[in-house]
Amino acid sequence: MSSWIPLWLHKLGSPPTFYRFAGTLRPWAMALALLFGAIALYGGLLLAPADYQQGDAYRIIFIHVPSAWMSMFIYAVMGVAAFIALVWRIKLAEVVAMESAPIGAAFTFITLVTGSLWGKPMWGTWWTWDARLTSELVLLFLYLGVIGLYHAFEDRRQGARAAAFLAIIGIINVPIVHFSVNWWNTLHQGSTINLFGQSKISWDMLWPLLCMVLATKFYYVASLFRRVRTDLLALEGGKDWVRRIAESEAGR
Amino acid sequence: MNTLHTFFAMGGYAAYVWPAYAVFFIVLIADTIAPSVRRRRVLRELRARLARQTVRQERARQDQARDRANGNPLPTHRLPESDGSRSCP
Repeated sequence: MSSWIPLWLHKLGSPPTFYRFAGTLRPWAMALALLFGAIALYGGLLLAPADYQQGDAYRIIFIHVPSAWMSMFIYAVMGVAAFIALVWRIKLAEVVAMESAPIGAAFTFITLVTGSLWGKPMWGTWWTWDARLTSELVLLFLYLGVIGLYHAFEDRRQGARAAAFLAIIGIINVPIVHFSVNWWNTLHQGSTINLFGQSKISWDMLWPLLCMVLATKFYYVASLFRRVRTDLLALEGGKDWVRRIAESEAGR
Repeated sequence: MNTLHTFFAMGGYAAYVWPAYAVFFIVLIADTIAPSVRRRRVLRELRARLARQTVRQERARQDQARDRANGNPLPTHRLPESDGSRSCP
């Protein structure tokens, strides 16, 4: 490969090195996720005041919005990893893309269910075929399609390449989800958080939300690393470094 | 006690807020447990495969030794399996 890529990046791409690297970082990511999650729950459920219009029902925002962001963020990561996997045939990129899909599907599912539970008291309906809701549902189906296609092949790497192709095509849906509230006249409210300006939310409600956003980011790192480590063991079963791990963990 | 009651009541929206939080935690806990279960299964299957392979090689070596003792230096039918090249299907 080209020489402009630093050597440590090459090394990190090798399965045994990444296995060790991910094993070292994973507990820290999980600890930070739990810490920020606990702070966010305390701030969101106990400290933040009730909304003047929605009462206490608005507290669903503290899990709904971070999950929705993660559903799109993870899809973007999956798309980039899938692109790298298709172009440079890096095994680790395939694994990252394919193991991101279940986590992304989990967050998309949470987004849809919590949104539905929020919609019932506020809009009077569990579900409506509106642009934001429909495009988020399409996102869930894209995740499920990637997972299904990956497992439909006998050869894992062939399946990963086919699923990576689907993941790249599906990335078109991410901006559609994001801008759907601006492009179409929808029941779903517009963006509350504005990264580059004034947010339409009071600080008492904003900081627990941002804490939960951080918590879900760290959770994704922890979950991805755990999944990638497991997948590397399964893929590299014949290699010596995996045998040593299998033998050293025989007693457990 | 009263504040606890108002907290769990969620201003009358308890039936929507608490299930939402329950779904959030149940899904993420399931997502955490699933890879650990899979990891144990992968390693268990790998150990079983390595054990089978060791037994096969050991048996082939014994057969070879017996044949040599009987004055039959020709390879037996088990030999192709003993070279370890078929180790990982």
